[in-house]
Amino acid sequence: MSTRIAAHGRLIDRAKSVGFTFNGKPMRGYAGDTLASALLAGDQMVMGRSYKYHRPRGAVASGAEEPNALMGLGEGAKFEPNQRATTTELFEGLTARSQNHWPGLEFDVGAVNGRLSRFLPAGFYYKMFIHPRAFWKHVYEPVIRQAAGLGRVPGGRDADTYEHFHCFTDVLVIGGGVAGLQAARSAAASGASVLVLEQSAHWGGRAPVDGGTVDGAGADDFVRETVAELEAMPNVTLRNRCMGAGVYDHGYALGYERLTDHAPRAGGPRHRLWRIRARRIVTATGAIERPLAFAGNDVPGVMLASAMRDYLVNWAVAPGRRVIVATNNDDAYRTAITLKTSGIDVLRILDARSSGGGALMQEARALGIRIDCGRAIGRVSGGKRVRSVAVCAQEGTGGALEEVECDAVAMSGGWSPVVHLWSHCGGKLIWDEARAHFRPDPERPPRGADGEGFVIPAGAANGELALNGILGDADEAGKTAARGAGFKPARSKAPRGETVEEAPLQPVWLMPRHADAHLRAKAWLDYQNDVKVSDVRLAAQEGYHSVEHTKRYTTLGMATDQGKLSNINGLATLADAIGSEIPQVGTTTFRPPYTPISMGAIAGEARGAIFQPVRRTPMHGWHEANGADWEPVGQWRRPYTYLRDGESQHDAVMREVRNTRQAVGLLDASTLGKLLVKGPDAGRFLDMLYTNMMSTLKPGKCRYGLMCSENGFLIDDGVVARIDEHTFLCHTTTGGAERIHAHMEEWLQTEWWDWQVHVANLTEQFAQVAVVGPDARKLLERLGGMDLSAGAMAFMEWRDGRIAEFDARVYRISFSGELSFEVAVPASQGLAFWEALMDAGREFGVMPYGTEALHVMRAEKGFIMIGDETDGTVIPQDLGLGWAISKKKEDYLGKRAQARPHMTDPTRWKLVGLETVDGAVLPDGAYALAEGVNANGQRNVQGRVTSTYMSPTLGRGIAMGLVLNGPDRMGEVLEFPGTDGKTYQARIVDQVFYDKDGEKQNV
Amino acid sequence: MLILHCPNCGVDADETELAPGGQAHLKRFGPGSSDEDFHDYLFARENPRGVHFERWRHAHGCGKWFHAARDTATLEVFATYSAQTTEPPQAVLDAIAARRPGWTWRHES
Repeated sequence: MSTRIAAHGRLIDRAKSVGFTFNGKPMRGYAGDTLASALLAGDQMVMGRSYKYHRPRGAVASGAEEPNALMGLGEGAKFEPNQRATTTELFEGLTARSQNHWPGLEFDVGAVNGRLSRFLPAGFYYKMFIHPRAFWKHVYEPVIRQAAGLGRVPGGRDADTYEHFHCFTDVLVIGGGVAGLQAARSAAASGASVLVLEQSAHWGGRAPVDGGTVDGAGADDFVRETVAELEAMPNVTLRNRCMGAGVYDHGYALGYERLTDHAPRAGGPRHRLWRIRARRIVTATGAIERPLAFAGNDVPGVMLASAMRDYLVNWAVAPGRRVIVATNNDDAYRTAITLKTSGIDVLRILDARSSGGGALMQEARALGIRIDCGRAIGRVSGGKRVRSVAVCAQEGTGGALEEVECDAVAMSGGWSPVVHLWSHCGGKLIWDEARAHFRPDPERPPRGADGEGFVIPAGAANGELALNGILGDADEAGKTAARGAGFKPARSKAPRGETVEEAPLQPVWLMPRHADAHLRAKAWLDYQNDVKVSDVRLAAQEGYHSVEHTKRYTTLGMATDQGKLSNINGLATLADAIGSEIPQVGTTTFRPPYTPISMGAIAGEARGAIFQPVRRTPMHGWHEANGADWEPVGQWRRPYTYLRDGESQHDAVMREVRNTRQAVGLLDASTLGKLLVKGPDAGRFLDMLYTNMMSTLKPGKCRYGLMCSENGFLIDDGVVARIDEHTFLCHTTTGGAERIHAHMEEWLQTEWWDWQVHVANLTEQFAQVAVVGPDARKLLERLGGMDLSAGAMAFMEWRDGRIAEFDARVYRISFSGELSFEVAVPASQGLAFWEALMDAGREFGVMPYGTEALHVMRAEKGFIMIGDETDGTVIPQDLGLGWAISKKKEDYLGKRAQARPHMTDPTRWKLVGLETVDGAVLPDGAYALAEGVNANGQRNVQGRVTSTYMSPTLGRGIAMGLVLNGPDRMGEVLEFPGTDGKTYQARIVDQVFYDKDGEKQNV
Repeated sequence: MLILHCPNCGVDADETELAPGGQAHLKRFGPGSSDEDFHDYLFARENPRGVHFERWRHAHGCGKWFHAARDTATLEVFATYSAQTTEPPQAVLDAIAARRPGWTWRHES
């Protein structure tokens, strides 16, 4: 059984008992425990079930690399799935639930998959669920969906808050072990600003557990003193519980700080995402121990040797009472020695090396531990707990020499530097034959803007595994970082670390070396995704020789732990299976984040109302108070319609159209883009921007213009008013103001930079109201002021003046076909002007109208709308707008493109009006059918609906569409199938449905 | 997440402030040009692994365009310079040549 012991426990406070629940069962631990150490102390060895076979699993590691012990933490709006018990600090009231089982952790129906594992090999899903096709939707998918997924999705909105924090530093040190601390110290001594991130709650990393001395003192003392020294330096910032999550281009890095996960009642944001810019980044991220691949290496109680040592030394937890240690290196002997001196029986050390280890082996032997060299684990027996180990020869096929009863196994396959952060931004690796691991290749670092490497690995992350080497390497890394950041490193010597000399390891990728198929099918590589040695070998056999392909085929390393334990073992297995070498096989790509980070941290403050800013016109509040049914248009909100009590949206739109056509309506047109183009070359410039001639426009006049991109397609339209000789005011669509402003600037700055023109975006400077309808003039005259009579101001003219007490610029333009004045007033006067119009208009029955009424009225008049009639593939010629294209101009943006062969193709679909035979409304976007089918067996088409509305004016559905040879086919009836199963018949007609001669707008 | 120095306002701008504008030093072809020239102007772009000239706009800053000469593989930035030029200034070419011996600008090959 696993229990708390009297010795050790450097991180726990035995005076402070902490209560928590696991699967509803009340349990107790100590302050300083992790959830995993507290569960182990309570003999709760099984912590979850595996993903595919639902095998019982316990913690195999003690830190961030843990693949098995994933929990759902918290409840309700604070529930979070897939949290590692090994990195979860215990607090009073913590609630944890294990995952991947039904109905319970102890008895699980899905475990039948384990019995069937022979029939669920690599690629099973790809192979099995292809045929018959129809089964996918109705049988396979629902069943697989039920079984798939890791953890449970939280039910409600996340109750916590999150924040982003931007920071700049000369040197960023990732990792707060002895390497990180020493690197920080040597970098900071130069005067450089240094930020140190440590993912756990404790400084010092592994060194205090692993032993050894620094300058004659214990590692714990060195850590305490160095942290105190760094804390006292004004140029150093230390953050623990803050993981270096990713390294990106040009020294950008993300830190993921867990502020209140360990103290949920503390208040404030739960996580903070650090967005860091560093001149140099030191990755002192340590190393991770590799499991050994033997049969039954996933049985609860089998643990990494270093993890077992951690549980003993840090939390005073013995995962078993009778332990077998299996290793290919000296380091695992430390675990055996620690176990033995803590009063735990160490039954055997099975050392795969035929000649065993060095001084640590002697020390273990002196303690009376039996050491069998050249021996291996043939198989671990046990279900929810290790029961016994079959010992065999490492060089054999697994024939058992003896069966030893035990309750825990510590394994060590050597150490792999944590190279993730080095690799995120393109740092390359080299294979270190002697230590059997990949480490950063100093010749091929990730490079920054200056062309120099900006990531400097330090200590174990750089392949230095002994204390003295770690400290020396880290000291140098800190100095290199400071130098790279532009500082002069101080002259100082690295502290001297002393540990026992270790004998070389012997790579062991399968235990025993020639394990038979039966054993290989129980030797796990990737615990979380249930990938075994047999799966990788099968993939190789089926031709998946690239590590990237094997990864995807077997899902090796694709779980939430990203293969921290499985990566090297997996690719060594692949290399062996295809008769290649490990460096030739190479690694898969390391991608950020290092361990999963919360979605909340990524979003930060950008959620809810501040996810995206909302732009408001000066009249926004009035609309809101008067029934506005909002429609998002770009970042604006515009009233779609104004709803009255009990009125449907449709009825409101119809009312607004009728009232505007019969009396007078008001539209808030403030969102229309207003770009001022000014300078001696303004006319020449606009002649290039618009398809029609703008330079000939007289001051006081307006002209409708079309704008195309350089490849000929319509991008915007609007009315241009010439203010004076050198000044034009260009109206753009609501969504187009910023885009068209940028378009103008691009051409001015990058092509015609010698032209004297300035562009200013005045969109928000003015409130603009369209006063529309037969009574529009009467309403404005009631307010009094400037002369707006037909004689004083003709259609398509503008004037400055005053209306009542308002400073007005009045454009006599119409997008509805009615008598219409668009009045611009300074934004500060907008609301008062609107209210004055509403007051004065009461006797004329004035009503505000929204964007939908605007759309209906423009469609009745056959006016196009950018984004409806255009979609980025439509040229003005398609829309019958040839009249707005100047024939006289030598050049304008889009002119050359519109002469390309497919642009002049007579079979391009052209704009027409469409009138349903029975008066119904055509479905939007519907296609007109043609004879026959295309190469894909789909029905041929000959046109599509671009705008469609119910017209209250005509009492029937009206539409516009693009149709093959449309203008030549007036009167023909086309068929439009809807998504409702009905087919609509519509006749091709002229697109102007209302007041073809324009008499109403010209009065 | 690149950092580029904006030569117009002098700010070292984070990529989030910048909008990319594709290959720099294109020659515009307008009416009267051949279909092939116009096609290449519109669509044909260099995509080198190595030295490249790009247009960038300091969109969430001063709003101005500039050019950047950088290495698309190592992300080294050789220089940023005015957009109001039809080819890279000599100083920029020199800076690249110093870091990439043997490299030549398109006219010099």
